[in-house]
Amino acid sequence: MELKTIKNYIPLFATIFVFILIYTMGAMLYDNFLSLRVFLNLFLDNAFVGVIAVGMTFVILSGGIDLSVGSVVAFVCILSAKLLEVYQINPFLVVLVCLLFGVFLGTVMGAVIHFFAVPDFLVTLVGMFLCRGLAYMVDLQSIPIRDELFLAVNTMGINFGGGVNFRLISIIFIMVWAAGVYVSHYTRFGRNIYALGGDVVSANLMGIPIGKTRILVYTMSSTLAALGGLLYAVYTLSGYAAAAQGLELDAIAAVVIGGTLLTGGVGFVEGTMVGVLILGLIQTFISFQGTLSSWWTNIIIGLLIFSFILLQRFLSLRSDTDQK
Amino acid sequence: MNIKKPVLCCTSITKFFSGVIALDKVNFNLFPGEIHGLLGENGAGKSTLIKCLTGVYLPDHGDIYYEGKRVVFAAPSEARNRGISTVYQEINLIQTLSVAENIFAGRQPLSKGRINWKKINERSRELLAMLDLDIDVTALLSEYSTAVQQMVAIARSLDISAKVLILDEPTSSLDEDEAHMLFNVIRKLRNEGMAIVFISHFLDQVLELCDTLTILRNGESVGEYRANEISKHELIIKMLGKKLAAFENRVAELNSSDESKKDVFYSVRSMSRRKSMKHFDLDLKKGEVLGLAGLLGSGRTEIARLLFGIDKPHSGNTVIKGVSGSVLSPKNAVRHSFGYCPEDRKLEGLIPCLTIRENIVLALQVKKGLLKYISLKKQRKIAEKFMQLVSIKAPSCEENVSRLSGGNQQKVIIARWLAANPEFLILDEPTRGIDVGAKFEIQKLILKFRDLGMSILFISSELDELVRCCDRVAVLRDRKKITEYTGRSLCSEKIMATIAHVTSEAEDGNLL
Ligand SMILES: Nc1ncnc2c1ncn2[C@@H]1O[C@H](COP(=O)(O)OP(=O)(O)OP(=O)(O)O)[C@@H](O)[C@H]1O
Ligand SMILES: [Mg+2]
Repeated sequence: MELKTIKNYIPLFATIFVFILIYTMGAMLYDNFLSLRVFLNLFLDNAFVGVIAVGMTFVILSGGIDLSVGSVVAFVCILSAKLLEVYQINPFLVVLVCLLFGVFLGTVMGAVIHFFAVPDFLVTLVGMFLCRGLAYMVDLQSIPIRDELFLAVNTMGINFGGGVNFRLISIIFIMVWAAGVYVSHYTRFGRNIYALGGDVVSANLMGIPIGKTRILVYTMSSTLAALGGLLYAVYTLSGYAAAAQGLELDAIAAVVIGGTLLTGGVGFVEGTMVGVLILGLIQTFISFQGTLSSWWTNIIIGLLIFSFILLQRFLSLRSDTDQK
Repeated sequence: MNIKKPVLCCTSITKFFSGVIALDKVNFNLFPGEIHGLLGENGAGKSTLIKCLTGVYLPDHGDIYYEGKRVVFAAPSEARNRGISTVYQEINLIQTLSVAENIFAGRQPLSKGRINWKKINERSRELLAMLDLDIDVTALLSEYSTAVQQMVAIARSLDISAKVLILDEPTSSLDEDEAHMLFNVIRKLRNEGMAIVFISHFLDQVLELCDTLTILRNGESVGEYRANEISKHELIIKMLGKKLAAFENRVAELNSSDESKKDVFYSVRSMSRRKSMKHFDLDLKKGEVLGLAGLLGSGRTEIARLLFGIDKPHSGNTVIKGVSGSVLSPKNAVRHSFGYCPEDRKLEGLIPCLTIRENIVLALQVKKGLLKYISLKKQRKIAEKFMQLVSIKAPSCEENVSRLSGGNQQKVIIARWLAANPEFLILDEPTRGIDVGAKFEIQKLILKFRDLGMSILFISSELDELVRCCDRVAVLRDRKKITEYTGRSLCSEKIMATIAHVTSEAEDGNLL
């Protein structure tokens, strides 16, 4: 894991470069862009996407995909609101139930993918429809959250003075990300994910427990999606079944922009943080600009993903012909 | 030895693949402190037996006993955890990970609950040093040649404090020096009491290294022999189930053609490419087999890639059929009626999800143009003809290539290029992993196509084979063409001497 495996790092450097580029552009064009508040808000506004993107990074590294995460967020979000506000259930219990739902869903999806050899794409697509449907069954209306714990977590944070607050939500996101980085570099489970994504057949013959690894990857992704749903509920202080439409695609975008190869086996959780921040930065940029429609976000993200895929393609082609 | 109990043994193992029998009541006993050779033709069932023993496949009948107890391994990881370390035939490593990580994947040393990367890299260096390989272990595996990757796979298997070590054709990509280095390590492990299974088609290596031999034929065990009590000749007869009459002579007989008045088909002057090949001249004549000899990494494959337009030369002139011009890309090469059978079948050659027929007609189809339809009946006829010519063992030409044994897959690639009938054919290690009988058939085919006017570039690590088939042999060393031998001066001793000339220098660079 030293820098010698340089080829794998190039997309990561490119991502960091793009981040700095956009940031500098913003700083030159607009006053206040370079403020601590704007910077900290990047973490806050993207905390739930970020948490999900960390889980998605592992799924993609393992050579799979998880389309269900957006719907899981919506379901957990509306479920927690309903349990808290309508049924008045203890908030700690609600958190536990929501996380357990994530564990359960992910394990089932992973097991189906592994044991029945159904494409991950299909299984998680089913998961996506299922959770969205469940969310609408919980409630069609938006439910505001007034629970004290959730309210407290919403406002809690480290105060920097001058109204600048580093909120707990952001800290949770950063902690999840840091844990993800640790898992990816320093645990056997993490390294087995890379092996699995690199070449399943070889990984199996090398004696790597591919079944266990693959199932756990989906467990982790869904659990993090459930955590993302809780963060979303805390962040917006409401539950809404139609929330987080297309969130899975944002997460995938962040992962790809973060330099992880969609084919699996190559990439870094570190990069996903940069990917998430770039997505946030583009939105910030457009809100500072003021006149551009928010659809420009999508266009720019699209272009970015495109150029990153081209970059990766170029890198892998070059390494093929350069091989000695 | 007889008093000892076998560490691993199996009784009447039977394995069917979709109704076709691959192993038929095979018994196999492996004792501690012995090197046990497993021999047989391509498709005899050697790899299948290994895979049944190590939990990749579940045998349909029969029992496996390990250390005296009956075992059922449900996955390769179980066998590995119990102390059976295996290198499977196709190099099974992960290209996207570093060399060191490939050696330790799945069993990284931990310290305080976290992976100790420093130790991984250190231990990897030590293990590779045992095989006399000094490379950057933190670089990606994909940066290295097949030979290095094979060494890495072996190093991986050496690390476990294993009781049983199984090596399925570990030397197929190695040159002689590297193979001997490996043999020394294997002998050392045997003397320490490890039981070792060794599979190879290099009969000389097998006889040199092994204590005991088990021969398989068509999925059945022919018998078990002491290596010092059987001759190479008997071995071949037992493997093939028939005599290979006058094996050596017939090729020699075929290999007599008048050299002088042949047209030059493809000529190259002072071609070079930075970091891969120094300036060289080469003439390929019609109806001639030109051999390339040299150590691994001496530039043999590099020349092939340059000639076929895969890599672009940085300098040089080419004349093709008397017209000057250059081969810009593989596509362009095919249009010039070139064919290229690459060294690494797993990465570059076969398309595993297609059938034998589809794989064989592929090059022919490309040559004819993708829109010209070859009728199914005709495709079958071509496929069947070539299956027979190179003796591919399979139920029918509609079998999926991924289901064939390693050697038979190799034969499919050769068949593909012969079927396309190019004017110039590059064969990079075509007989790697192919059994003695088929090797002979393929050598005969090469000469037959030469006599029909094909120009062939033949790359091989086996000097005997080169001497037998080639009209001319160019010797390479350190990415430089040293000399050429023709006619009477063509003999393996001379080639060997030229290759080995600056051994110490060559060793440093030969693997990268
Ligand atoms: N996965 C599979 N599915 C179907 N048939 C298979 C499969 N694997 C092997 N076979 C068949 O089983 C037979 C034995 O194959 P095996 O790979 O054991 O041969 P081998 O002795 O190792 O030959 P080689 O020297 O070419 O490696 C072959 O006829 C092959 O076609
Ligand atoms: Mg085999």
